Amino acid sequence: MGLFSKFKNIIKKKEEIVKEEENNIEEVIEEKTEETFEKNVKSKKKNKKNVLNEVEEIKDYDKGLKKTRDEFVSKLNFLGIKYTKVSEEYFEELESILIMADIGVNTVMKFMDKLKARVKHENITDTEYLKEVIVDELLVIYVEGESLSDKIKMNEKGPTVILMVGVNGVGKTTTIAKLAHKYKSEGKKVMLIAGDTFRAGAVSQLEIWAKRTDSEFYGQEESDPASVVYDGLVKAKKDNVDIVLIDTAGRLQNKVNLMKELEKVNKVIATHIEGAPQETLLVIDAATGQNGIMQAKAFKEITNITGIVLTKLDGTAKGGIVLAIKEEVNLPVKFVGLGETMNDLKPFDIENYIYGLFKDMI
Amino acid sequence: MFEYMGDRISNAIKNIRGMGKITEDNINDAMREIRMALLEADVNYNVVKEFVASVKEKSLGADVGKSLKPDEVFIKIVKDELISLLGGEYEPLSTSEKFEVIMLCGLQGSGKTTTAGKLANILRKKYQRKPLLIAGDIYRPAAITQLQEIGESLNIPVFTEDEKNVLKIVNDGIKYAQENNLDYVIIDTAGRLQIDENLMQELKDIANNISLNEVLLVIDAMMGQDAINVITGFNEALNLTGCILTKMDGDTKGGVALSLRHLTNVPIKFVGDSEKLDGLSEFYPTRMAERILDMGDILSIAEKVEGIISEDDAKEQAKKMQRGTFDLEDFLTTFKQIKKLGPLENIIKMLPQARSMGLNNVSINPKDMAHIEAIILSMTPYERKHPEILKATRKQRIAQGSGRSVEEVNRLLKQFEAMKDMMKMMSNGKMKMPF
Repeated sequence: MGLFSKFKNIIKKKEEIVKEEENNIEEVIEEKTEETFEKNVKSKKKNKKNVLNEVEEIKDYDKGLKKTRDEFVSKLNFLGIKYTKVSEEYFEELESILIMADIGVNTVMKFMDKLKARVKHENITDTEYLKEVIVDELLVIYVEGESLSDKIKMNEKGPTVILMVGVNGVGKTTTIAKLAHKYKSEGKKVMLIAGDTFRAGAVSQLEIWAKRTDSEFYGQEESDPASVVYDGLVKAKKDNVDIVLIDTAGRLQNKVNLMKELEKVNKVIATHIEGAPQETLLVIDAATGQNGIMQAKAFKEITNITGIVLTKLDGTAKGGIVLAIKEEVNLPVKFVGLGETMNDLKPFDIENYIYGLFKDMI
Repeated sequence: MFEYMGDRISNAIKNIRGMGKITEDNINDAMREIRMALLEADVNYNVVKEFVASVKEKSLGADVGKSLKPDEVFIKIVKDELISLLGGEYEPLSTSEKFEVIMLCGLQGSGKTTTAGKLANILRKKYQRKPLLIAGDIYRPAAITQLQEIGESLNIPVFTEDEKNVLKIVNDGIKYAQENNLDYVIIDTAGRLQIDENLMQELKDIANNISLNEVLLVIDAMMGQDAINVITGFNEALNLTGCILTKMDGDTKGGVALSLRHLTNVPIKFVGDSEKLDGLSEFYPTRMAERILDMGDILSIAEKVEGIISEDDAKEQAKKMQRGTFDLEDFLTTFKQIKKLGPLENIIKMLPQARSMGLNNVSINPKDMAHIEAIILSMTPYERKHPEILKATRKQRIAQGSGRSVEEVNRLLKQFEAMKDMMKMMSNGKMKMPF
């Protein structure tokens, strides 16, 4: 069973961590009352803070993916009840469930071929067992191939520049706000540059977020994005900013002139700060269908996309498109948006994601 | 948008050509192709299943007579089924009442605010209404500013109020419209998930307390299979009267359009097809089906052109073309009019057989267009009328004046001459239009 049993263990472990922490919290409170142990408690608390963070994260995934899980897993479970033996009908319905999760037609077809081969080879007839094989194989799609870093690359000598790109309405500006909040709370000096000079209200939207997250801001309405970015970077260097987050206008990937504009912005950044942008993140709406693949391909051609931010995963959308993108374009997910509050942007963690998605099934 | 799907369907149909009759065997491959094409376009899985089954059944039962070939019969069936999927008849927006209020709703980022502006623009231009936009998105930072800026650029009033209760804003806005002799109110609302009960309640409160002529869902054409959950969710809460599909100018395969009507019976009323504020078109199921099957959409082109180029102008220029007296001055006028039609790619794509001629992937850089204009504008009016006098020094001056190179000036002149020759040939009847 390979990977799957590994994941079973992971899920168990996560559950244990959560449980243990719940017990520990009580302990901490007890210990706190005894002043003589104060020092001791402090160090313990520090340790616990790490664990606590992890627990929070698991819980966030759990909560954010609830709607997704409810539909996806209950369908898979129902399929196992409906068909106890593996059959053509079973495969057909499975295929429909996967396609409905936006995993991508090609990816699903390949997956189905692989699964059928495995069923034949291992002579699997029990659907209960096959369910586990399915989760296993789905995971393989994501972890297969070269392992991609989901960490954000930092610039050692000077500001780290993160460029956000994507089609219209995926949540670039909001994601920037969340990232700003994250880095601010890590004690970094953050600056937001309003590179979206096209959409009405975009500059003010980012400026409001800059104020709310207590970040520096640079923006100039009705101006060429490349020149705004240039001036912003000059200021960032002068002010010794640690992290520069650049917003860009939403652009559909088939608009030649807009993609050219992005190329120009990218060049300006690269000539101004060595090695920048350290990260170019493509923001994709979790509800996007097959077009997500085209988006990833087109943006990757123009800029050096280093990763994906999958937003709005707290809806009913399954975000299955990330599997197809990983398979066809080989881009890792770096962050996921699991809700509307500032803390709801989480570093992507495939284990937590799988936990959030399949928890009820195992 | 639908190119890819259409191409695969056309290819599938090609294989049937030459067959004596339609049998299960010879349409099986075609059916598989169509199924994959639809799935890849994000058409809802169940819709695909039904569609394929229905096309198959009708094809097998079809009476292939002497006059019609099997592929013709087959394509007719596919087209009819597509039209019925897309909703059959065109359903216009409600515009017959004296005073109307419509509300836009949808997920975050679907394009509500921009669409509100585009709708107001159409209502004023095409229906001679006096619209008011109400800024009901009090959550997203700068959403109100965005609507105000759009209103400003269109010169359409926007009602805003510093208030936490959206229903009150809407009520006050409607009062404002009545007092100021405005007769069509468009309410922009905040984006929300259909599963967010609190925010959905806010919309329900508006729907229950205000007499709304239309409740329109604005939905992103790039959405995947989850679209159906969104539409059903909003429809159950608000009884939608229609949908507006946005971002159709992307390379989305637009499967949402094919699933939406069939699964929910909510008609598509408009599609957003450019970022400009006039980039909203009425949705005609038949025309859309023809576009999917690469049969062209001349009617829509004609409508677009009609709104912008007057018939007299067009006739005058056609005459000049025939006489061969069409000069660069006329070219510039035509050129400017064409520019007003919006991105040229969008028009070219609507031509019949555009895809088989490879015109669907033409991308025209607006900068190239601007360069051509700059070059012509750098000529004196006399030069424009008599381009033959342009020699080295004049060309150099023009190149300098327009900031382009002499080669580019030369190229433009050459192309213009070639075009003139072609026009002459066409009007002499030596050459037929390619379509």
